Amino acid sequence: MDSPSDIGVSRRGLLTSGAGFAAVTALPASASNKEPVAPMETPPALPVQLKVNGKPAELTVDTRTTLLDALREHLHLTGTKKGCDHGQCGACTVMVNGRRINSCLSLAVMHEGDSVTTIEGLGTPEDLHPMQAAFVKHDGYQCGYCTPGQICSAVAVLDEIKAGIPSHVAADVAASPAFSEMEIRERMSGNICRCGAYSNIVEAIREAAGRRQA
Amino acid sequence: MKFDIPATTNPIDRLKVVGKATDRIDGPLKTTGRAPYAYERHDVAPGAAYGYVLGSAIAKGRITGMDLSAAKAAPGVLAIVTAENAGKLTKGNFNTANLLGGPEIEHYHQAIALVVAETFEQARAASSLIRVDYARGKGRFDLEAEMASATLPKEGFGGAAESKVGNFDGAFASAPVQLDARYTTPDHSHAMMEPHASTAKWEGDQLLLWTSNQMINWGKGDVARTLGLPKEKVRLMSPYVGGGFGGKLFVRTDAILAALGAKAAGRPVKVSLQRPLIANNTTHRPATIQRIRIGTTSDGKITAIGHESWSGDLPGGGPETAVSQTRLLYAGENRLTAMRLAVLDLPEGNAMRAPGEAPGMMALEIAMDEMAEKLGMDPVAFRALNDTQVDPEAANRPFSQRQLIQCMRIGADKFGWARRAKAPGAVREGRWLIGMGMAAAFRNNLNGRSGARVRLDGKGVVTVETDMTDIGTGTYTIIAQTAAEMMGVPLETVVVRLGDSSFPASAGSGGQWGANSSTAGVYAACAMLRDKVTAALGFNSADVVFEDGKVRAGNRSVALADAAKGGELVAEDYMDYGDLAKKYQQSTFGAHFVEVAVDAATAEVRVRRMLAVCAAGRILNPKSARSQVIGAMTMGVGSALMEELAVDKRFGFFVNHDLAGYEVPVHADIPHQEVIFLDETDPTTSPMKAKGVGELGLCGVGAAVANAIHNACGVRVRDYPVTLDKLLPGMPAFA
Amino acid sequence: MKAFHYTRASSPADAAALAAKTPGAKFIAGGTNLLDLMKLEIETPAHLIDVNKLALDRIEETPDGGLRIGALVRNTDLAADKRVRRDYAVLTRAIVAGASGQLRNKATTAGNLLQRTRCPYFYDPNQPCNKRKPGSGCAAIGGFSRQLAVIGTSKACIATYPGDMAIAMRLLDATVETVKPDGATRKIAIADFHRLPGDTPHLDNTLQTGELITAVTLPKPLGGKHFYHKVRDRASYAFALVSVAAVVQKDGTGRVAFGGMAHKPWRVEAAEAALPKGAAATARIAFAGATPTHDNAFKLPLAERTLAAVLSEARG
Repeated sequence: MDSPSDIGVSRRGLLTSGAGFAAVTALPASASNKEPVAPMETPPALPVQLKVNGKPAELTVDTRTTLLDALREHLHLTGTKKGCDHGQCGACTVMVNGRRINSCLSLAVMHEGDSVTTIEGLGTPEDLHPMQAAFVKHDGYQCGYCTPGQICSAVAVLDEIKAGIPSHVAADVAASPAFSEMEIRERMSGNICRCGAYSNIVEAIREAAGRRQA
Repeated sequence: MKFDIPATTNPIDRLKVVGKATDRIDGPLKTTGRAPYAYERHDVAPGAAYGYVLGSAIAKGRITGMDLSAAKAAPGVLAIVTAENAGKLTKGNFNTANLLGGPEIEHYHQAIALVVAETFEQARAASSLIRVDYARGKGRFDLEAEMASATLPKEGFGGAAESKVGNFDGAFASAPVQLDARYTTPDHSHAMMEPHASTAKWEGDQLLLWTSNQMINWGKGDVARTLGLPKEKVRLMSPYVGGGFGGKLFVRTDAILAALGAKAAGRPVKVSLQRPLIANNTTHRPATIQRIRIGTTSDGKITAIGHESWSGDLPGGGPETAVSQTRLLYAGENRLTAMRLAVLDLPEGNAMRAPGEAPGMMALEIAMDEMAEKLGMDPVAFRALNDTQVDPEAANRPFSQRQLIQCMRIGADKFGWARRAKAPGAVREGRWLIGMGMAAAFRNNLNGRSGARVRLDGKGVVTVETDMTDIGTGTYTIIAQTAAEMMGVPLETVVVRLGDSSFPASAGSGGQWGANSSTAGVYAACAMLRDKVTAALGFNSADVVFEDGKVRAGNRSVALADAAKGGELVAEDYMDYGDLAKKYQQSTFGAHFVEVAVDAATAEVRVRRMLAVCAAGRILNPKSARSQVIGAMTMGVGSALMEELAVDKRFGFFVNHDLAGYEVPVHADIPHQEVIFLDETDPTTSPMKAKGVGELGLCGVGAAVANAIHNACGVRVRDYPVTLDKLLPGMPAFA
Repeated sequence: MKAFHYTRASSPADAAALAAKTPGAKFIAGGTNLLDLMKLEIETPAHLIDVNKLALDRIEETPDGGLRIGALVRNTDLAADKRVRRDYAVLTRAIVAGASGQLRNKATTAGNLLQRTRCPYFYDPNQPCNKRKPGSGCAAIGGFSRQLAVIGTSKACIATYPGDMAIAMRLLDATVETVKPDGATRKIAIADFHRLPGDTPHLDNTLQTGELITAVTLPKPLGGKHFYHKVRDRASYAFALVSVAAVVQKDGTGRVAFGGMAHKPWRVEAAEAALPKGAAATARIAFAGATPTHDNAFKLPLAERTLAAVLSEARG
């Protein structure tokens, strides 16, 4: 079962690790469809109305356009970052109707009428949101690329704890969650920071949470 | 300015701005999403078309046919770039493999085409319509299997491939206490959060390239070389870099293909490597197989130390210099290091944060822990006993500063090292087995020629321009601090402009040389500007003081801004270095302490506490320097516990080539981290008296974690990462 | 990503009917897995039917004391439901052990059941994969298989089912409710919902073309202590190497299901009789006939030890 010779025969050629040359063809994916669908000449485009950072935004997008690319490429709100485009890093985190999501794994056309808050909607360089100010104070970022996603997530996390949504680190999932560093770390784990600012980010969130409660 | 004698007192020593924990001046832009990265330049390259990269489906062989017809006919497609139509491309000086493959394929996911279209969605869809026929060649993908064929690499960044002092073989054979162990480290991916990205725009025959790159001057040269352009026709801009870790030291395919795509499409084009392509398309830290032999007297004095390392790379590539630190870190009369390089047809191996020392220390510092255990000595005491204040290969060459023992002792004290149980597996809290581990930290200091231009305007604003980059390291801020200190102005009146090849060339960001080198360049330019100010204001005394926005000598005090009343004053200078780095061994030192918990049932490891103590010269900004260290500690946890590019040795590629498959630490993996900087200034490194710290923070962390795991559960794993499957066979039964 | 048409469905039956008559149609709800795969052209629907606006987002009590969970209830809301937390804590625990907060806010109950494997060869369109392209071969066999299945595998496929929620659903004997294109409804026991790969690994489950999940129902609560122990290399935001869902009663009897071991949630009812005797006895029956690879053989002792930890905690 573990022998390389069991590597199967592809539709076009033998895919083996054997010596010499073997023909391999990378086929267009459509060629592998069992029921070929006629190619589309013009990709469908649809209108969509969003409310972004409190302002209405009307755009016409390719059905394939993600919410992330609608923000970055159509609305030029490039604060929301594309780190992986596959829901594996969290850099694209925005809030939709008050809830944080990965905007890379959502189509813009699925958000008709939705209210989207991005990093640009939280604060400005001259007037920072308390979470943004706390990140600056605690140096909760380095290269800055995951940062908008971390901050959007952090703002939403505090709301999620307040709303009583349980997490993996709860000792008793039936009980209301309490604010703790472990809770923050678990809930923020969908936002990867390769620079490794995690310890500082937790301190920033703790400070922002304290300020909110006050 | 030439730096060839140790620094004496200078304006930086006032430490009114330098050395103070300072919020990053780029913080408000980064935290509000306003800092523009390379793919986000709607402002300067409006209407850019979108490029999408197609990677090779095979690791080694040839393209026998490429059918672009369906892709060309797809909606929105403007151009398709392939090796066939790209014109002559010359491999960059810093590249091992070609950035555009075909017909020869050198590694998996090597770029073979760029599809340019009106929209990202169109470019992506069309890229999959390209039909490619390959003839798969036989490749070498297994380091272990190629060990025997490995050869002596030529001398490179890490020094000679072999070093011998005394009689290692004899001394080792006769040593009363011996260790001879083999360690392995896997291939690592930089996995920076911002994918490699570039936006290219042609203005006539001038190429403007906004690209995410650590080394602007190297990059400018290699873009020009690759495309066959005169250097002056290439301008690189990289004001914000979303992480690099060595992965963006060099020009990569996004930059070259964006330029070619923009030429072909007749308009600006932007390209970002899709995440699943990055691990195989770009560079990685090569895997190593290391053999370490240590012989000591019965009371723990090292008499023989040998470190050999095998790694692989594409033809023409270089070794992972994993033995470098072993030439310098511990005393011992009889010494041996050796590197061997195998040819592998995996993607290109190259520098990743602390190349050499990162994997080298992962092995050496487990070996030191094992040796201490054999000797029945405390690991701190064993290391301290074998400290050396001179280069162990050249007794007449002292370390410029070496506070390794102080780092270890202070760390041990702060961390509560005395509470560590000597016997492994002795501390249990519920289901968790608790252990402590430590490792020395070591990384050489490097300096590079670095320049800056400094302007003073009539309002007293000081503007610094250098092609230096800020890859998250805090460069903007330390450069502003340096200029503020030199010119005697508050931080707020300094403007810093970075990452533009039209600015004076800097040392760039890499090898932890950036902070000291680039600020020394700014120091040089500011020194020249001070002279110009002094002259403009008619001071002729040597003891002019720049302070509080004023220039003062004796009883005379004039506003700094007055010097530029008649027009902006501009000074441009470089810092060059003499041979102080030869006379003195300049290195950075530290100690890492880690406490882990190992689940007695599942062998899952959780890091509970971490402390780093660093002695690395003057710390220019303790806030961002600390962040550099905690970030490095985090990467060290990754290398200890989870990071591994899994090699498919049949097909020759890294299988787990996305951020779900290649796991790096998340928030939940990292506890609160403590960092202590020892008070140190090193007058041999530059007038800044600083050294690097961003890589020091990584060197040794992996071993400290592995040693803590051993202390917790008694299982010694010598093959990184230390995952639970390697621990389970040695764990006691759980019922 | 191939171009596709997009339609918002107005009712579950209409959605099913439209899907049946539209070539290459797929439903989209949360989209967190489907869009991921569409970007790689592993999924290439010609038409997406958005079911998000269908009123399938409620959790209701059933007459027999259970819960009926609408297909579109988001993972976060299901995990946070007070009744679920009180009576089906294993389900809450399983959900919050999976993915990230962002993904759980989007992912739906039905969509999560349909999550496809994370086998790296399935995810790389250059590699042969019988699940992605039937008949092309399986590169995972003999390749990097650390994450992959140790039991119920076939010569054609050693993929694992990657989800967490479904492991708890399987433990709880949930029922999947669907509507078919002709408007007829049917109920599928969760045990019959996911398939083993056999020689048709491209089929993950027993849904028919156009069939739409409308709800998942849970029988009345089991009582006992609830556990979901997920083992992985990093502490969060990672797929399970092994997971153990268990409900253990005071007398030591109970149920156990495993994740990360097979192409479907792995529960062997016959093995549960051995639970009072301990983890080794249970695992021996549950994993009889296992076919691990060199890379993933550790999962067998790991599963047993993880179960032992759960049983120890249940006693404690």
